[in-house]
Amino acid sequence: MASGDHLFRHQSGRMVAALTRLFGIHNLALAEDVVQDAFCRALEVWRIRGVPENPCAWLMTAAKNRALDVLRRERTARNFAPELGRWIESEWTLAPVVEEYFAPNIIKDDLLRLMFSCCHPQLPEATQVMLILHILCGFSVDEVASAFVSSHAAAEKRITRAKKVLATSKRLFDTTDPDKLSARLPAVQRALYLLFNEGYHGASPESAVRAELCREAMRLAAMLLEHPPGATPATYALAALMCLDAARLPARVDASGHLVPLFEQDRGQWDQELLAEGLGFLALSAAGSELTEYHLEAAIASHHASAPRMEATDWATIVSLYDRLMTLRPSPIVALNRAIALAQRDGAEHGIAAIRAITEHDRLMAYPFYSAALGELALRCGRSRTAGEHFRAALALARNPMEREFLERRLGACETGEVPEVCNKRM
Amino acid sequence: MSEFTYLYRGRADQTGSPEERQQHLVKWRAWFQELGANGHLKELGHPLENGGVVVKGSQKIVTDGPFAEAKDVVGGFSIIEARDLAQAVELSKGCPILELGGAVEVRPIQTMSM
Repeated sequence: MASGDHLFRHQSGRMVAALTRLFGIHNLALAEDVVQDAFCRALEVWRIRGVPENPCAWLMTAAKNRALDVLRRERTARNFAPELGRWIESEWTLAPVVEEYFAPNIIKDDLLRLMFSCCHPQLPEATQVMLILHILCGFSVDEVASAFVSSHAAAEKRITRAKKVLATSKRLFDTTDPDKLSARLPAVQRALYLLFNEGYHGASPESAVRAELCREAMRLAAMLLEHPPGATPATYALAALMCLDAARLPARVDASGHLVPLFEQDRGQWDQELLAEGLGFLALSAAGSELTEYHLEAAIASHHASAPRMEATDWATIVSLYDRLMTLRPSPIVALNRAIALAQRDGAEHGIAAIRAITEHDRLMAYPFYSAALGELALRCGRSRTAGEHFRAALALARNPMEREFLERRLGACETGEVPEVCNKRM
Repeated sequence: MSEFTYLYRGRADQTGSPEERQQHLVKWRAWFQELGANGHLKELGHPLENGGVVVKGSQKIVTDGPFAEAKDVVGGFSIIEARDLAQAVELSKGCPILELGGAVEVRPIQTMSM
Protein backbone atom coordinates (compact mmCIF):
# COMPACT_ATOMS: atom_id res chain seq x y z
CA MET A 1 0.00 0.00 0.00
CA ALA A 2 1.63 3.22 -1.09
CA SER A 3 1.03 6.46 0.74
CA GLY A 4 -0.67 8.02 -2.25
CA ASP A 5 -3.19 5.41 -3.31
CA HIS A 6 -6.07 6.61 -1.08
CA LEU A 7 -7.22 3.06 -0.43
CA PHE A 8 -8.82 3.91 2.91
CA ARG A 9 -10.58 6.92 1.51
CA HIS A 10 -12.09 5.01 -1.39
CA GLN A 11 -12.88 1.96 0.67
CA SER A 12 -14.73 4.17 3.13
CA GLY A 13 -17.34 5.10 0.51
CA ARG A 14 -17.76 1.48 -0.55
CA MET A 15 -18.32 0.33 3.02
CA VAL A 16 -20.75 3.14 3.84
CA ALA A 17 -22.65 2.33 0.64
CA ALA A 18 -23.01 -1.36 1.48
CA LEU A 19 -23.89 -0.65 5.09
CA THR A 20 -26.51 1.99 4.34
CA ARG A 21 -28.29 -0.38 2.03
CA LEU A 22 -28.23 -2.98 4.79
CA PHE A 23 -29.19 -0.69 7.65
CA GLY A 24 -31.32 1.75 5.65
CA ILE A 25 -30.16 5.27 4.87
CA HIS A 26 -31.92 6.55 8.01
CA ASN A 27 -29.20 4.67 9.91
CA LEU A 28 -26.37 6.43 8.08
CA ALA A 29 -24.72 7.42 11.36
CA LEU A 30 -24.66 3.80 12.46
CA ALA A 31 -23.11 2.80 9.14
CA GLU A 32 -20.43 5.44 9.61
CA ASP A 33 -19.70 4.13 13.12
CA VAL A 34 -19.23 0.63 11.77
CA VAL A 35 -16.84 1.93 9.13
CA GLN A 36 -14.84 3.84 11.75
CA ASP A 37 -14.66 0.69 13.78
CA ALA A 38 -13.36 -1.31 10.84
CA PHE A 39 -10.67 1.29 10.23
CA CYS A 40 -9.65 1.21 13.90
CA ARG A 41 -9.27 -2.54 13.76
CA ALA A 42 -7.28 -2.32 10.57
CA LEU A 43 -4.98 0.24 12.10
CA GLU A 44 -4.41 -1.81 15.22
CA VAL A 45 -3.67 -5.02 13.37
CA TRP A 46 -1.90 -3.69 10.27
CA ARG A 47 0.44 -1.38 12.06
CA ILE A 48 2.15 -4.42 13.55
CA ARG A 49 1.47 -7.22 11.09
CA GLY A 50 1.67 -5.08 8.01
CA VAL A 51 -0.96 -4.57 5.33
CA PRO A 52 -2.65 -7.84 4.27
CA GLU A 53 -2.54 -9.08 0.72
CA ASN A 54 -6.04 -7.90 -0.06
CA PRO A 55 -6.64 -4.88 2.18
CA CYS A 56 -10.01 -4.03 0.61
CA ALA A 57 -11.40 -7.48 1.32
CA TRP A 58 -9.95 -7.40 4.84
CA LEU A 59 -11.68 -4.10 5.59
CA MET A 60 -14.92 -5.25 4.03
CA THR A 61 -14.89 -8.41 6.15
CA ALA A 62 -14.23 -6.38 9.28
CA ALA A 63 -17.20 -4.15 8.41
CA LYS A 64 -19.39 -7.14 7.60
CA ASN A 65 -18.63 -8.86 10.92
CA ARG A 66 -19.29 -5.70 12.83
CA ALA A 67 -22.55 -5.25 10.88
CA LEU A 68 -23.60 -8.75 11.92
CA ASP A 69 -22.95 -7.87 15.57
CA VAL A 70 -25.00 -4.71 15.24
CA LEU A 71 -27.90 -6.49 13.54
CA ARG A 72 -27.96 -9.21 16.18
CA ARG A 73 -27.84 -6.72 19.00
CA GLU A 74 -30.34 -4.24 17.63
CA ARG A 75 -32.69 -6.22 15.43
CA THR A 76 -35.60 -5.63 17.78
CA ALA A 77 -34.69 -2.11 18.84
CA ARG A 78 -34.17 -0.54 15.43
CA ASN A 79 -35.74 -0.60 12.01
CA PHE A 80 -33.25 -1.52 9.34
CA ALA A 81 -33.72 -1.59 5.58
CA PRO A 82 -37.36 -2.51 4.92
CA GLU A 83 -36.47 -5.21 2.39
CA LEU A 84 -34.37 -6.92 5.03
CA GLY A 85 -37.64 -7.80 6.74
CA ARG A 86 -37.75 -11.07 8.56
CA TRP A 87 -34.47 -12.33 7.18
CA ILE A 88 -32.58 -10.85 10.10
CA GLU A 89 -34.83 -12.38 12.74
CA SER A 90 -33.24 -15.78 12.47
CA GLU A 91 -29.59 -16.79 12.67
CA TRP A 92 -30.30 -19.21 9.80
CA THR A 93 -30.93 -16.42 7.37
CA LEU A 94 -29.02 -13.50 8.88
CA ALA A 95 -25.49 -14.42 7.85
CA PRO A 96 -26.30 -15.44 4.24
CA VAL A 97 -28.35 -12.29 3.72
CA VAL A 98 -25.56 -10.05 4.98
CA GLU A 99 -23.11 -11.98 2.82
CA GLU A 100 -25.24 -11.14 -0.23
CA TYR A 101 -25.22 -7.46 0.64
CA PHE A 102 -21.44 -7.46 0.62
CA ALA A 103 -20.97 -9.12 -2.78
CA PRO A 104 -18.52 -6.95 -4.76
CA ASN A 105 -20.76 -6.43 -7.82
CA ILE A 106 -23.61 -5.33 -5.55
CA ILE A 107 -21.43 -2.84 -3.71
CA LYS A 108 -20.57 -1.16 -6.99
CA ASP A 109 -24.27 -0.47 -7.54
CA ASP A 110 -24.65 0.65 -3.93
CA LEU A 111 -22.04 3.34 -4.47
CA LEU A 112 -24.00 4.66 -7.40
CA ARG A 113 -27.22 4.60 -5.36
CA LEU A 114 -25.49 6.53 -2.62
CA MET A 115 -24.20 9.07 -5.13
CA PHE A 116 -27.75 9.67 -6.38
CA SER A 117 -29.04 9.78 -2.80
CA CYS A 118 -26.56 12.56 -1.97
CA CYS A 119 -27.98 14.71 -4.78
CA HIS A 120 -31.28 15.05 -2.97
CA PRO A 121 -33.46 17.82 -4.50
CA GLN A 122 -33.99 19.42 -1.09
CA LEU A 123 -30.28 20.10 -0.73
CA PRO A 124 -28.48 23.10 -2.22
CA GLU A 125 -25.97 22.14 -4.93
CA ALA A 126 -22.95 23.11 -2.86
CA THR A 127 -24.16 20.94 0.01
CA GLN A 128 -24.65 17.98 -2.32
CA VAL A 129 -21.03 18.31 -3.36
CA MET A 130 -19.84 18.46 0.25
CA LEU A 131 -21.93 15.43 1.09
CA ILE A 132 -20.51 13.43 -1.81
CA LEU A 133 -17.02 14.34 -0.74
CA HIS A 134 -17.74 13.39 2.84
CA ILE A 135 -19.71 10.18 2.42
CA LEU A 136 -18.57 8.77 -0.91
CA CYS A 137 -15.01 9.97 -0.97
CA GLY A 138 -14.33 9.50 2.74
CA PHE A 139 -13.19 13.09 3.39
CA SER A 140 -13.47 14.05 7.06
CA VAL A 141 -15.38 17.20 7.95
CA ASP A 142 -12.03 18.96 8.37
CA GLU A 143 -10.88 17.83 4.95
CA VAL A 144 -14.16 18.98 3.39
CA ALA A 145 -13.82 22.31 5.18
CA SER A 146 -10.31 22.79 3.86
CA ALA A 147 -11.33 21.83 0.34
CA PHE A 148 -14.05 24.48 0.36
CA VAL A 149 -12.09 26.99 2.43
CA SER A 150 -14.80 27.02 5.02
CA SER A 151 -14.65 26.73 8.79
CA HIS A 152 -14.98 23.35 10.46
CA ALA A 153 -18.15 24.52 12.23
CA ALA A 154 -19.78 25.72 9.00
CA ALA A 155 -18.94 22.55 7.11
CA GLU A 156 -20.11 20.39 9.98
CA LYS A 157 -23.40 22.23 10.19
CA ARG A 158 -24.10 21.79 6.50
CA ILE A 159 -23.14 18.13 6.49
CA THR A 160 -25.19 17.36 9.60
CA ARG A 161 -28.24 19.08 8.14
CA ALA A 162 -27.78 17.28 4.86
CA LYS A 163 -27.60 13.91 6.60
CA LYS A 164 -30.90 14.67 8.30
CA VAL A 165 -32.47 15.25 4.90
CA LEU A 166 -31.10 11.94 3.64
CA ALA A 167 -32.44 10.20 6.74
CA THR A 168 -36.00 11.13 5.79
CA SER A 169 -35.93 8.36 3.20
CA LYS A 170 -35.43 4.80 4.30
CA ARG A 171 -33.87 3.37 1.20
CA LEU A 172 -31.01 4.35 -0.98
CA PHE A 173 -32.00 5.93 -4.28
CA ASP A 174 -33.40 3.31 -6.66
CA THR A 175 -31.14 3.37 -9.70
CA THR A 176 -33.04 0.56 -11.40
CA ASP A 177 -36.01 2.82 -12.11
CA PRO A 178 -35.06 4.47 -15.44
CA ASP A 179 -37.46 7.42 -15.05
CA LYS A 180 -36.26 8.30 -11.59
CA LEU A 181 -32.68 7.87 -12.66
CA SER A 182 -32.88 10.14 -15.68
CA ALA A 183 -34.76 12.72 -13.62
CA ARG A 184 -31.96 12.96 -11.08
CA LEU A 185 -29.01 12.35 -13.40
CA PRO A 186 -28.55 16.06 -14.27
CA ALA A 187 -28.20 16.90 -10.56
CA VAL A 188 -25.56 14.19 -10.17
CA GLN A 189 -23.66 15.41 -13.23
CA ARG A 190 -23.83 18.96 -11.95
CA ALA A 191 -22.51 17.94 -8.51
CA LEU A 192 -19.55 16.13 -10.08
CA TYR A 193 -18.93 19.13 -12.33
CA LEU A 194 -18.92 21.47 -9.33
CA LEU A 195 -16.63 19.12 -7.41
CA PHE A 196 -14.20 19.14 -10.31
CA ASN A 197 -14.40 22.91 -10.65
CA GLU A 198 -13.78 23.42 -6.97
CA GLY A 199 -10.57 21.51 -7.46
CA TYR A 200 -9.64 23.21 -10.70
CA HIS A 201 -10.51 26.83 -9.96
CA GLY A 202 -11.25 26.78 -6.26
CA ALA A 203 -9.67 28.88 -3.56
CA SER A 204 -8.00 26.13 -1.58
CA PRO A 205 -4.41 27.20 -0.98
CA GLU A 206 -2.96 23.74 -1.31
CA SER A 207 -2.46 22.55 -4.82
CA ALA A 208 -2.47 18.96 -3.55
CA VAL A 209 -6.01 19.33 -2.19
CA ARG A 210 -7.15 20.75 -5.49
CA ALA A 211 -5.70 17.94 -7.55
CA GLU A 212 -7.37 15.46 -5.22
CA LEU A 213 -10.78 17.02 -5.74
CA CYS A 214 -10.33 16.79 -9.51
CA ARG A 215 -9.28 13.17 -9.17
CA GLU A 216 -12.27 12.31 -6.99
CA ALA A 217 -14.66 13.95 -9.46
CA MET A 218 -13.09 11.97 -12.29
CA ARG A 219 -13.30 8.74 -10.34
CA LEU A 220 -17.00 9.27 -9.66
CA ALA A 221 -17.68 10.27 -13.27
CA ALA A 222 -15.99 7.06 -14.41
CA MET A 223 -18.27 5.19 -12.01
CA LEU A 224 -21.29 6.85 -13.58
CA LEU A 225 -20.06 5.83 -17.04
CA GLU A 226 -19.78 2.21 -15.97
CA HIS A 227 -23.48 2.09 -15.25
CA PRO A 228 -25.35 1.98 -18.58
CA PRO A 229 -28.28 4.32 -17.74
CA GLY A 230 -25.80 6.81 -16.29
CA ALA A 231 -23.59 6.75 -19.38
CA THR A 232 -25.48 9.33 -21.40
CA PRO A 233 -23.87 11.66 -23.98
CA ALA A 234 -23.89 14.40 -21.31
CA THR A 235 -21.94 12.17 -18.91
CA TYR A 236 -19.41 11.45 -21.66
CA ALA A 237 -19.11 15.17 -22.30
CA LEU A 238 -18.61 15.78 -18.58
CA ALA A 239 -15.90 13.11 -18.43
CA ALA A 240 -14.29 14.61 -21.55
CA LEU A 241 -14.11 18.08 -20.07
CA MET A 242 -12.65 16.74 -16.84
CA CYS A 243 -9.94 14.79 -18.66
CA LEU A 244 -9.08 17.63 -21.04
CA ASP A 245 -8.86 20.20 -18.25
CA ALA A 246 -7.05 17.87 -15.86
CA ALA A 247 -4.49 17.13 -18.57
CA ARG A 248 -3.27 20.72 -18.17
CA LEU A 249 -2.85 20.43 -14.39
CA PRO A 250 0.84 19.38 -14.50
CA ALA A 251 1.68 22.61 -16.37
CA ARG A 252 -0.35 24.93 -14.17
CA VAL A 253 2.27 25.11 -11.47
CA ASP A 254 5.94 25.38 -12.36
CA ALA A 255 8.90 23.78 -10.60
CA SER A 256 9.16 26.58 -8.05
CA GLY A 257 5.44 26.38 -7.19
CA HIS A 258 4.39 29.40 -9.27
CA LEU A 259 0.98 29.56 -10.92
CA VAL A 260 1.36 29.50 -14.71
CA PRO A 261 -1.51 30.90 -16.80
CA LEU A 262 -2.72 28.95 -19.83
CA PHE A 263 -0.99 31.35 -22.23
CA GLU A 264 2.41 30.66 -20.77
CA GLN A 265 2.14 26.97 -20.04
CA ASP A 266 4.69 24.51 -21.35
CA ARG A 267 2.38 22.42 -23.48
CA GLY A 268 4.87 19.60 -23.49
CA GLN A 269 3.91 19.03 -19.87
CA TRP A 270 0.28 18.39 -20.65
CA ASP A 271 -0.74 14.85 -19.87
CA GLN A 272 -1.02 13.22 -23.29
CA GLU A 273 -2.80 10.15 -21.96
CA LEU A 274 -5.55 12.24 -20.35
CA LEU A 275 -5.84 14.35 -23.49
CA ALA A 276 -6.35 11.25 -25.60
CA GLU A 277 -8.85 9.87 -23.12
CA GLY A 278 -10.70 13.18 -23.09
CA LEU A 279 -10.89 13.32 -26.88
CA GLY A 280 -12.20 9.75 -26.85
CA PHE A 281 -14.96 10.68 -24.43
CA LEU A 282 -15.75 13.77 -26.48
CA ALA A 283 -16.28 11.58 -29.53
CA LEU A 284 -18.63 9.33 -27.54
CA SER A 285 -20.54 12.38 -26.28
CA ALA A 286 -21.57 13.26 -29.81
CA ALA A 287 -24.19 10.50 -29.95
CA GLY A 288 -27.74 11.81 -29.93
CA SER A 289 -28.93 15.35 -30.36
CA GLU A 290 -28.56 16.65 -26.83
CA LEU A 291 -26.17 19.58 -26.43
CA THR A 292 -25.27 20.38 -22.85
CA GLU A 293 -22.96 22.91 -21.26
CA TYR A 294 -20.56 20.02 -20.71
CA HIS A 295 -20.39 19.43 -24.47
CA LEU A 296 -19.53 23.07 -25.05
CA GLU A 297 -16.97 23.27 -22.27
CA ALA A 298 -15.37 20.04 -23.42
CA ALA A 299 -15.25 21.36 -26.98
CA ILE A 300 -13.53 24.54 -25.75
CA ALA A 301 -11.02 22.49 -23.78
CA SER A 302 -10.39 20.29 -26.83
CA HIS A 303 -9.52 23.36 -28.93
CA HIS A 304 -6.95 24.41 -26.34
CA ALA A 305 -5.66 20.86 -26.18
CA SER A 306 -5.22 20.51 -29.92
CA ALA A 307 -3.29 23.77 -30.36
CA PRO A 308 0.41 22.92 -30.39
CA ARG A 309 1.24 26.53 -29.46
CA MET A 310 -0.83 29.23 -27.84
CA GLU A 311 -0.68 31.27 -31.06
CA ALA A 312 -2.14 28.37 -33.03
CA THR A 313 -5.31 28.35 -30.93
CA ASP A 314 -8.54 28.64 -32.91
CA TRP A 315 -9.90 31.62 -30.98
CA ALA A 316 -12.72 32.28 -33.43
CA THR A 317 -14.24 28.86 -32.77
CA ILE A 318 -13.65 29.21 -29.03
CA VAL A 319 -15.48 32.55 -28.97
CA SER A 320 -18.42 31.04 -30.83
CA LEU A 321 -18.52 28.11 -28.40
CA TYR A 322 -18.59 30.60 -25.52
CA ASP A 323 -21.42 32.43 -27.27
CA ARG A 324 -23.45 29.24 -27.31
CA LEU A 325 -22.53 28.53 -23.71
CA MET A 326 -23.81 31.97 -22.80
CA THR A 327 -27.22 31.17 -24.27
CA LEU A 328 -27.32 27.74 -22.65
CA ARG A 329 -26.04 28.56 -19.18
CA PRO A 330 -25.21 32.24 -18.85
CA SER A 331 -22.99 33.25 -15.97
CA PRO A 332 -20.59 36.10 -15.27
CA ILE A 333 -17.67 33.63 -15.19
CA VAL A 334 -18.53 32.28 -18.63
CA ALA A 335 -18.87 35.86 -19.84
CA LEU A 336 -15.44 36.71 -18.45
CA ASN A 337 -13.85 33.72 -20.18
CA ARG A 338 -15.62 34.67 -23.38
CA ALA A 339 -14.21 38.20 -23.13
CA ILE A 340 -10.69 36.84 -22.69
CA ALA A 341 -11.11 34.66 -25.78
CA LEU A 342 -12.55 37.66 -27.63
CA ALA A 343 -9.45 39.68 -26.74
CA GLN A 344 -7.36 37.00 -28.38
CA ARG A 345 -9.50 37.06 -31.51
CA ASP A 346 -10.15 40.80 -31.90
CA GLY A 347 -7.55 42.48 -29.73
CA ALA A 348 -7.25 43.67 -26.15
CA GLU A 349 -9.48 46.75 -26.48
CA HIS A 350 -12.40 44.58 -27.59
CA GLY A 351 -11.74 42.27 -24.67
CA ILE A 352 -11.86 45.16 -22.20
CA ALA A 353 -15.12 46.40 -23.71
CA ALA A 354 -16.59 42.90 -23.42
CA ILE A 355 -15.57 42.65 -19.77
CA ARG A 356 -17.08 46.06 -19.06
CA ALA A 357 -20.29 44.91 -20.73
CA ILE A 358 -20.75 41.87 -18.51
CA THR A 359 -24.12 42.11 -16.85
CA GLU A 360 -24.04 41.22 -13.18
CA HIS A 361 -20.31 41.88 -13.16
CA ASP A 362 -20.75 42.81 -9.50
CA ARG A 363 -20.97 39.06 -8.90
CA LEU A 364 -17.38 38.84 -10.10
CA MET A 365 -16.10 41.60 -7.85
CA ALA A 366 -14.83 39.17 -5.22
CA TYR A 367 -13.09 37.04 -7.85
CA PRO A 368 -9.45 38.09 -8.23
CA PHE A 369 -9.24 37.09 -11.88
CA TYR A 370 -11.86 39.65 -12.91
CA SER A 371 -9.52 42.53 -12.06
CA ALA A 372 -6.55 40.48 -13.16
CA ALA A 373 -8.07 40.03 -16.64
CA LEU A 374 -8.65 43.78 -16.92
CA GLY A 375 -5.07 44.35 -15.78
CA GLU A 376 -3.67 41.90 -18.32
CA LEU A 377 -5.55 43.53 -21.18
CA ALA A 378 -4.66 47.08 -20.08
CA LEU A 379 -1.04 46.01 -19.99
CA ARG A 380 -1.29 44.74 -23.54
CA CYS A 381 -2.67 48.09 -24.61
CA GLY A 382 0.40 49.71 -23.08
CA ARG A 383 -1.50 51.34 -20.20
CA SER A 384 0.73 50.01 -17.49
CA ARG A 385 -0.44 52.40 -14.79
CA THR A 386 -4.10 51.36 -15.21
CA ALA A 387 -2.97 47.76 -15.37
CA GLY A 388 -1.13 48.20 -12.09
CA GLU A 389 -4.29 49.49 -10.41
CA HIS A 390 -6.24 46.46 -11.61
CA PHE A 391 -3.58 44.06 -10.39
CA ARG A 392 -3.50 45.81 -7.03
CA ALA A 393 -7.27 45.37 -6.76
CA ALA A 394 -6.90 41.71 -7.71
CA LEU A 395 -4.13 41.27 -5.17
CA ALA A 396 -6.42 42.45 -2.40
CA LEU A 397 -8.77 39.59 -3.33
CA ALA A 398 -6.15 36.85 -3.71
CA ARG A 399 -7.42 33.72 -2.01
CA ASN A 400 -4.18 31.91 -1.38
CA PRO A 401 -0.40 32.48 -1.40
CA MET A 402 -0.06 31.07 -4.91
CA GLU A 403 -2.51 33.57 -6.37
CA ARG A 404 -0.93 36.37 -4.35
CA GLU A 405 2.51 35.53 -5.64
CA PHE A 406 1.25 35.35 -9.22
CA LEU A 407 -0.49 38.71 -9.01
CA GLU A 408 2.56 40.31 -7.40
CA ARG A 409 4.63 39.17 -10.36
CA ARG A 410 2.10 40.67 -12.77
CA LEU A 411 2.15 43.90 -10.77
CA GLY A 412 5.93 43.85 -11.01
CA ALA A 413 5.63 43.53 -14.80
CA CYS A 414 3.47 46.70 -14.88
CA GLU A 415 6.04 48.65 -12.95
CA THR A 416 8.89 47.68 -15.24
CA GLY A 417 6.62 48.37 -18.21
CA GLU A 418 7.30 44.92 -19.59
CA VAL A 419 4.61 43.96 -22.06
CA PRO A 420 3.82 40.26 -22.11
CA GLU A 421 5.01 38.56 -25.24
CA VAL A 422 1.64 37.01 -26.02
CA CYS A 423 0.09 40.38 -26.71
CA ASN A 424 2.04 41.66 -29.55
CA LYS A 425 0.72 38.98 -31.83
CA ARG A 426 -2.78 40.27 -32.32
CA MET A 427 -2.90 43.95 -31.78
CA MET B 1 22.74 -6.71 22.86
CA SER B 2 19.75 -7.07 25.16
CA GLU B 3 16.15 -7.75 24.36
CA PHE B 4 13.27 -5.49 25.18
CA THR B 5 9.58 -5.61 24.60
CA TYR B 6 7.61 -2.65 23.39
CA LEU B 7 4.05 -2.68 24.65
CA TYR B 8 1.90 -0.37 22.55
CA ARG B 9 -0.68 1.32 24.71
CA GLY B 10 -3.72 3.23 23.57
CA ARG B 11 -6.52 2.25 21.18
CA ALA B 12 -6.53 3.54 17.63
CA ASP B 13 -8.22 6.90 17.75
CA GLN B 14 -11.83 7.09 16.62
CA THR B 15 -11.72 10.48 14.99
CA GLY B 16 -9.14 10.41 12.21
CA SER B 17 -10.21 10.53 8.60
CA PRO B 18 -9.58 7.47 6.40
CA GLU B 19 -6.77 9.33 4.69
CA GLU B 20 -5.09 10.23 7.98
CA ARG B 21 -5.30 6.64 9.15
CA GLN B 22 -3.69 5.45 5.97
CA GLN B 23 -0.89 7.98 6.31
CA HIS B 24 -0.45 6.82 9.89
CA LEU B 25 -0.01 3.22 8.77
CA VAL B 26 2.62 4.29 6.29
CA LYS B 27 4.56 5.80 9.21
CA TRP B 28 4.40 2.54 11.16
CA ARG B 29 5.72 0.63 8.22
CA ALA B 30 8.56 3.10 7.79
CA TRP B 31 9.38 2.92 11.49
CA PHE B 32 9.51 -0.87 11.54
CA GLN B 33 11.56 -0.86 8.36
CA GLU B 34 14.11 1.41 9.94
CA LEU B 35 14.26 -0.68 13.12
CA GLY B 36 14.71 -3.79 11.02
CA ALA B 37 17.35 -2.27 8.75
CA ASN B 38 19.43 -1.35 11.78
CA GLY B 39 19.13 -4.80 13.31
CA HIS B 40 16.92 -3.76 16.20
CA LEU B 41 13.77 -5.65 15.29
CA LYS B 42 13.91 -9.13 16.78
CA GLU B 43 10.21 -9.90 16.28
CA LEU B 44 7.41 -7.82 14.88
CA GLY B 45 5.20 -9.32 17.58
CA HIS B 46 1.44 -9.32 17.43
CA PRO B 47 -1.55 -7.05 17.70
CA LEU B 48 -3.93 -7.98 20.51
CA GLU B 49 -7.71 -8.20 20.25
CA ASN B 50 -9.59 -5.72 22.36
CA GLY B 51 -11.89 -8.27 23.88
CA GLY B 52 -10.81 -10.91 26.38
CA VAL B 53 -11.15 -11.72 30.04
CA VAL B 54 -9.18 -11.44 33.26
CA VAL B 55 -8.94 -14.45 35.53
CA LYS B 56 -8.10 -13.35 39.03
CA GLY B 57 -7.09 -14.72 42.42
CA SER B 58 -7.40 -18.06 44.10
CA GLN B 59 -11.14 -17.91 43.49
CA LYS B 60 -10.34 -17.70 39.78
CA ILE B 61 -12.86 -14.97 39.20
CA VAL B 62 -13.35 -14.32 35.52
CA THR B 63 -14.19 -10.78 34.46
CA ASP B 64 -14.60 -9.27 31.01
CA GLY B 65 -12.08 -6.95 29.44
CA PRO B 66 -11.26 -4.29 28.54
CA PHE B 67 -9.08 -3.98 31.54
CA ALA B 68 -8.26 -0.34 31.58
CA GLU B 69 -9.22 2.93 30.02
CA ALA B 70 -8.93 3.02 26.24
CA LYS B 71 -5.73 5.04 26.43
CA ASP B 72 -4.03 2.36 28.56
CA VAL B 73 -5.14 -0.75 26.70
CA VAL B 74 -2.23 -2.75 25.31
CA GLY B 75 -2.92 -3.05 21.61
CA GLY B 76 0.11 -5.12 20.72
CA PHE B 77 3.77 -5.80 21.30
CA SER B 78 7.10 -6.24 19.54
CA ILE B 79 10.50 -7.58 20.58
CA ILE B 80 13.44 -5.24 20.15
CA GLU B 81 17.18 -5.68 20.39
CA ALA B 82 19.17 -2.78 21.79
CA ARG B 83 22.46 -2.08 23.53
CA ASP B 84 20.78 -1.03 26.74
CA LEU B 85 17.57 0.45 28.10
CA ALA B 86 18.65 3.96 27.13
CA GLN B 87 18.98 2.95 23.47
CA ALA B 88 15.71 1.02 23.54
CA VAL B 89 14.00 4.12 24.89
CA GLU B 90 15.61 6.31 22.27
CA LEU B 91 14.45 3.99 19.49
CA SER B 92 10.91 3.91 20.87
CA LYS B 93 10.64 7.67 20.44
CA GLY B 94 10.15 7.16 16.71
CA CYS B 95 7.01 5.10 17.26
CA PRO B 96 4.04 6.71 15.43
CA ILE B 97 1.66 5.78 18.27
CA LEU B 98 3.09 8.71 20.22
CA GLU B 99 1.75 11.15 17.63
CA LEU B 100 -1.79 10.02 18.41
CA GLY B 101 -1.46 10.34 22.16
CA GLY B 102 -0.64 6.67 22.73
CA ALA B 103 2.30 5.31 24.70
CA VAL B 104 5.09 2.79 24.31
CA GLU B 105 6.01 0.86 27.41
CA VAL B 106 9.63 -0.29 27.16
CA ARG B 107 10.40 -3.33 29.31
CA PRO B 108 13.69 -5.22 29.45
CA ILE B 109 13.22 -8.94 28.92
CA GLN B 110 14.70 -10.86 31.86
CA THR B 111 17.33 -13.38 30.75
CA MET B 112 19.09 -16.13 32.71
CA SER B 113 22.52 -14.64 32.25
CA MET B 114 21.67 -11.99 34.82
